[in-house]
Amino acid sequence: MKGYLVLRVIAKLVIPFALLFALYVQFHGDFGPGGGFQAGVIIAAGVIFYALIFGLANARKLVPPRLVEILVALGVVIYGGVGVLGILLGGNYLDYFVLSSDPVHGQERGVFWVEAGVCVTVAGVMLAIFYAFAGRPRRPDPE
Amino acid sequence: MIAIHFPALQVVVPLLAAPLCVIVRNARAAWLIALAVSWAMLYVATGLLAEALSAGVISYRLGSWAPPWGIEYRVDPVNGLLLVLVSFVGAVVMTFSRASVDHEVPRSQHHLFYAAYLLCLSGLLGIAVTGDAFNIFVFLEISSLATYILIAMGRDRRALTASYQYLIMGTIGATFIVIGIGLLYLMTGTLNLADLAQRVPQVEHTRPVLAALAFLTVGISLKLALFPLHLWLPNAYAYAPSMVTAFVAATATKVAVYLLLRFFFTVFGASFVLEQVQVPAILLVLSLAAMFVASTVAIYQDDLKRMLAYSSVAQIGYITLGVSTASATGLTATLVHLLNHGVTKGALFLLLGCMALRVDRVTIASIRGIGRTMPLTTFGVVLGGFSLIGVPTTVGFVSKWYLVLAALERGWWWLAVLILLSSLLAVVYMWRVVEAAYFKEPAPRARKVTEAPLSMLLPAWALVAACIYFGLDTRLTVGVATQAAQLLMGGTP
Repeated sequence: MKGYLVLRVIAKLVIPFALLFALYVQFHGDFGPGGGFQAGVIIAAGVIFYALIFGLANARKLVPPRLVEILVALGVVIYGGVGVLGILLGGNYLDYFVLSSDPVHGQERGVFWVEAGVCVTVAGVMLAIFYAFAGRPRRPDPE
Repeated sequence: MIAIHFPALQVVVPLLAAPLCVIVRNARAAWLIALAVSWAMLYVATGLLAEALSAGVISYRLGSWAPPWGIEYRVDPVNGLLLVLVSFVGAVVMTFSRASVDHEVPRSQHHLFYAAYLLCLSGLLGIAVTGDAFNIFVFLEISSLATYILIAMGRDRRALTASYQYLIMGTIGATFIVIGIGLLYLMTGTLNLADLAQRVPQVEHTRPVLAALAFLTVGISLKLALFPLHLWLPNAYAYAPSMVTAFVAATATKVAVYLLLRFFFTVFGASFVLEQVQVPAILLVLSLAAMFVASTVAIYQDDLKRMLAYSSVAQIGYITLGVSTASATGLTATLVHLLNHGVTKGALFLLLGCMALRVDRVTIASIRGIGRTMPLTTFGVVLGGFSLIGVPTTVGFVSKWYLVLAALERGWWWLAVLILLSSLLAVVYMWRVVEAAYFKEPAPRARKVTEAPLSMLLPAWALVAACIYFGLDTRLTVGVATQAAQLLMGGTP
């Protein structure tokens, strides 16, 4: 896509807003439609858009596959870690009541981190799938 | 203090250790994490079983939400026994795994391999520990997806098709199970197993509940490879890495058997399933078919892993046969054979893993004369074979003894004869191995091999020793199994 100036300029303009919108969807999930899964998909879509316009090699420099693998695992650790925090603070596993002095606020705080974990893992898995498919070596043309 | 969280930790620790393996991205560190977690889980499981035996049912509220609304983890002697079996096999297999996995899996994938193993362990333990029907389905999917990955890691390219075949069959099974659970939820409005047990009898003759029983029976039977739903099993066991075959053969089908027992006896109730719907008659026919057909097919296999896979299908026949006698003795036989076959098959597949390290593909031809060059491994296979056949002083004898007792208790002397006859088929297929290993001239490759390293021999022999030990001292296995069987039958002796 090197020759398409319009596409390159628009992409550079749009991607920051896409990522910002992902954060909005992430944090607004409490009050309206949205949440970790959708936000993760939008973040991944921003990177995939970048890869489509500027090439896979550049995208791999921006978000290395090593980082993607860590993101996939990190989200699970965050999600499960909040549950373990419940045990450490004297409750049961996945007990969010004990995360704050006010039990309702504790639940909100617990779900906040759960959604954060979901966002990280979903973004990671989306990118891992994209890299796996896009990174396959092209077959030579059958002549 | 920490002991009250054991039911949750049983699942959470391996679940969180899996992403940790991915993050450290180092083969040796991942192996150490998986090894430490496996042994820790054995400690947790024995603690849970001991408490369930002395203090009765342990109930744990996930997220402090009261059951039946919240998810409840519930441990009684039945699933306590399963937890110990799964984590024991896991711990032994992990100890064994390093040299074997180094040989069979590319080093760059080791951390992912161990992560998948931990997820599989977590899923299997989760199915056993949870008291929530939908939770069962979720853990079933976790363990199944991890198993597909592990099987596909086999060196032979056919591992991919074997894994794909299992994926299709496993998904059909899981779908049937979730349909069954959905129908139960539709009729009772609850997913908690203990709550279901109270509500199902009020609606038990409605058609959706009967359909739920049918869907659950077929779905779980696919997972436990009940004849004729076993077609995914031989290829999956034959082409998976040795360590995976040993772990999956000793645990996955056993956990599925536990599910069947849990739904039959706890949720639907013994009198409904055994007397009113006539499930035992169907199970009896299928179990007998499994014992004879699968054992006969095993005789004609040249690949030893495939042979033992067919033998597994036959042994599952013995396990379900115990259920079909519809008595507490039969159920004891089922539970005892569940443990005994897990240990026996674990031992045999680990020993085949030792041979695979030296001769790559373990076939009747490639192990000719191997008894001279790998004496310890081969002798272990012979002892494991004794246990499969049911020779006295091995665990196989104990479970067949109780099966025959259950048959005679019902006055079915013909069944006792059939059990003995099918054991003779096991003699035939194990004899082929003994003949090739001891009495044939060594194959050119078998002449040069040396004994497997101690790190593999010791764990494998630990399982062989367990086969003999529990064959002589049956207090632990039969004692707990009797108690669990009585619990399932509803307290009737």
